[in-house]
Amino acid sequence: MDLSIVPLLAILVSLFAVPFILLSSKKPNLRETWTILAGLIKFGLVLSLLPTALRGESVEIHLFDLAPGLPLALNADPFGVFFAIIASGLWIFTSFYSIGYMRGAGEGKQTRYFASFAVCLSATIGIAFSANLLTFILFYEMLTLATYPLVIHKETEKSITAGRKYLAFTLTAGLLLIAAAGMVYTYTGTLDFTPGGLFTEVDLPQHIMLIIFILFLGGVGVKAGIMPIHGWLPSAMAAPTPVSALLHAVAVVKSGVFAVIRVVGFVFGTDVMASYGLGDILIVLAGTTIIIASLLAFAQDNLKRRLAYSTVGHLSYIVLGVALLTPLGMQGGIMHIAAHATMKITLFFCAGAIYVNLHRENISQLNGIAKVMPWTMAAFTIGSMGLAGIPPLNGFVSKWYLALGSLEGDMIVPLIVLIISGLLNVGYFFPIIQRAYFRKGEGLEKHGEASPFMVVPLFSTAILSILFGLFPNLFFSFFDLASSIAATLFTGG
Amino acid sequence: MIETQLPAYIALTFVLFSVLIPLFGMWKKEWVQPLAVAGSGLAATLSIYGFISYLNSGPIRYFFGGWEPPIGIEFVYDGLSGFFVLVINVVAFLVLVHSRKIGPLEFPGKEMPYYALAMLAMLGFNGMLLTGDLFNFYVFLEISSLASYALIAIGEKQAPYAALRYLIIGTAGGTLYLLGVGFLYTVTGTLNMIDMAAMLPMYAESTAVVAALILMIVGIGVKAALFPMHGWLPDSYTYAASSTSALIAPIGTKVAAYILFRIMLFIFGIELVDAVAPLSTIVGVLASVGILYGSIMAIAQTEMKRMLAYSSVSQIGYIIMGLSLANPFGFAGALLHVLNHAVMKACLFMISGNLRMKEGHTDISLFDDSYRKKYPWTMASFTIAAISMVGLPPLAGFFSKWYLALGTIDNGNWLFLAVILISSLLNAVYFFRILEKVYMKNPSSEQKEPSDGVRNEVSFSMLAPTSILAMGLIVIGFMNAVIVGILLDIFPL
Repeated sequence: MDLSIVPLLAILVSLFAVPFILLSSKKPNLRETWTILAGLIKFGLVLSLLPTALRGESVEIHLFDLAPGLPLALNADPFGVFFAIIASGLWIFTSFYSIGYMRGAGEGKQTRYFASFAVCLSATIGIAFSANLLTFILFYEMLTLATYPLVIHKETEKSITAGRKYLAFTLTAGLLLIAAAGMVYTYTGTLDFTPGGLFTEVDLPQHIMLIIFILFLGGVGVKAGIMPIHGWLPSAMAAPTPVSALLHAVAVVKSGVFAVIRVVGFVFGTDVMASYGLGDILIVLAGTTIIIASLLAFAQDNLKRRLAYSTVGHLSYIVLGVALLTPLGMQGGIMHIAAHATMKITLFFCAGAIYVNLHRENISQLNGIAKVMPWTMAAFTIGSMGLAGIPPLNGFVSKWYLALGSLEGDMIVPLIVLIISGLLNVGYFFPIIQRAYFRKGEGLEKHGEASPFMVVPLFSTAILSILFGLFPNLFFSFFDLASSIAATLFTGG
Repeated sequence: MIETQLPAYIALTFVLFSVLIPLFGMWKKEWVQPLAVAGSGLAATLSIYGFISYLNSGPIRYFFGGWEPPIGIEFVYDGLSGFFVLVINVVAFLVLVHSRKIGPLEFPGKEMPYYALAMLAMLGFNGMLLTGDLFNFYVFLEISSLASYALIAIGEKQAPYAALRYLIIGTAGGTLYLLGVGFLYTVTGTLNMIDMAAMLPMYAESTAVVAALILMIVGIGVKAALFPMHGWLPDSYTYAASSTSALIAPIGTKVAAYILFRIMLFIFGIELVDAVAPLSTIVGVLASVGILYGSIMAIAQTEMKRMLAYSSVSQIGYIIMGLSLANPFGFAGALLHVLNHAVMKACLFMISGNLRMKEGHTDISLFDDSYRKKYPWTMASFTIAAISMVGLPPLAGFFSKWYLALGTIDNGNWLFLAVILISSLLNAVYFFRILEKVYMKNPSSEQKEPSDGVRNEVSFSMLAPTSILAMGLIVIGFMNAVIVGILLDIFPL
């Protein structure tokens, strides 16, 4: 069977859902049916690409020329499929959760919410399957625009300020990315993502490479939350929780780190990164981000903000793994995309359930809530332990490979950073669990567990984290996929 | 048969209709607008036909009275003039359709002179584009200018004053140009553009030629509103009637930019322009200062038409900057931006007309979220045009900036690249400011619920042109590879 149309359909299916969502704005149940339906079809389509990806092959389609010599082209390579599975799979959980959350919290403008969400998912899958940098930029900017209505959803002063900040950061980033792409195109004559990089044939002076790299770093680093350009991320927590969960733990920020890997592995190439010493820049930035973000997380009393800083830190785990420029480090980084996604989405889901159910969003108010929300807090515990890297959760597996990667590269400092950060993770998550389980709460008598629409998704993602930790190959052969992707990026050298 | 005479037919159409309109207007007043639409529609059809025949069989030269140049006068329909003619006639047609309802409101009782003048202005513009003779160009320049002064004067209370100011500055500009032509004539003894292009290299070092070039650039710079000679523009566009701004803003300055292209790249050639002094760089620097100045001033405005006027100063800067780069990408980017900006600005000025029609003002500080309900289609068009102005893919505006950026990188001109990127951000500031007001409830206001509004969309004759132009931006975005392919072929070197 010819699969070449599948990547395109996978992108379009949620766009097709948008008019239906808009038209059924008066009938919420029908409207949400479209979302769920689109989510399931999208996930099915992405899964159908998996066998090809596992064989290490890609499915390509060239649509038409965006610019002379630069086609709008899709290429579902193993790495793209890997990311697309995570994003589209977790969209289904988020859709169910959104129904519970949005109705439970009585949020307005739900049609706009679900429609924007669908566009976001199209953009994310588009990012995953982009075959060249120009196509990538197209979807990257589309993601920026589609998330804006979600960030400002509540339309309070705070969320509008957050929205402005978000646009200021992401639009600037987009422009830097365009400049970077322009330079790459001028010097290499191509923008196609190629394992091993585009600079193999050309020899550019150090300073030009450095400029291109810094432009790229600004372009993709904003969404990847690399300090000091992470500022939008904690502010964007003003959005409703499902938005934070999917977009700011999975789609947007992961598009950022996905882009980092595309840039490092497919534009520069690991050899070029190493020979120009660019990896070291990335290691320093990522290492600093991990430590500072973990420390800042301590200072947050607002649960979502603490999670946001934790996200900033964990994104840099992935960046660090990539920056090590060793196969095992790369593999650890890629696996951490999946691991962090399932765990962080669980934690955000929990935060949202607590907010809708108890109207509490500060950590100091969480005393004793495990009594009334046992399932939620159990899931929260699993997620936070996983992020701290405690076996047998999936956070441990990826961290193990990150550690192996730094040893493989004879680098001790990244290893120390990982260990310290693990301790800090325990440090900022444990008090939450301790409060919830061991302190006596007040005013909880009349409350029970949150609605099943929220509890089932959040518990399922927690279970996923355990399963992926115990059996990394159980679903979709994720482990093999990650290691083969990492391997392709190093065969050239 | 028709092909060979087509350039003349386009101009003659406007001559004919500028006479027909007063004749019929004295008899039946309600006929004047349909007549103007018919005239511009005919011209638009001819220009589409002409451009297709140019693509198939090359340039068309038409000698008036059969007298071959340098004795006679000729019209030249080549790629450059054909492209401009196509753009301005199609846009003018849509603008005149749009004026049906708003015209009687803004200039009651003056419809007949208004439309007759519009035809004369179009005659001037088309003549400027088509003529192959530098002196003839001046004649058409004056026809279009005189008609424009009168058109602008038919507007608000302050309009005659703005028109007078434009008249004084514009006449000075025209005179400088004429002086330059005189110098060239004394040196070369010809006025025909093709002839002159062949003879000029012999006089490359002549002071008179350099002086002539500078005089022409300054003179035309006034007409093109090249910074710092843009002073006449904001007042004129703001106080003119809505349909005048929509007609002149996208067309007038473009036509002036056309003659800069013609002179600098086709008649002189870039080596000759830069033979004595780096004139192209100076022009480019002025353009980039204009880009930033226009954008910053646009941010400072609270009146939408005035904001758009300053934005025009900035956008014309892009076109002239692309010209000054004198490489294929810069050239294609500049010409694509001629098309894009014509479509975007016409669309935006139509939108301001729509709002003036319904609300009676376009004061941005009074915009609120009821507009979203009242004018859904107008606002949707605004959103598309705004995003295109900011330059986000896949809309048209992105691609002209992309090619301009490639052009600056090709020349290693990092300063210009930075200007393009910064200006995009400034554009985002002044357009998202409006989008925020229109799509979100004011967070500081007392009211809890979004403002309600009953749908009160403008009539079909106004809505259709507005949305066609907005859709056009999407189509141009996706088709830009085809357009740019054609434009790259026109590049003279």
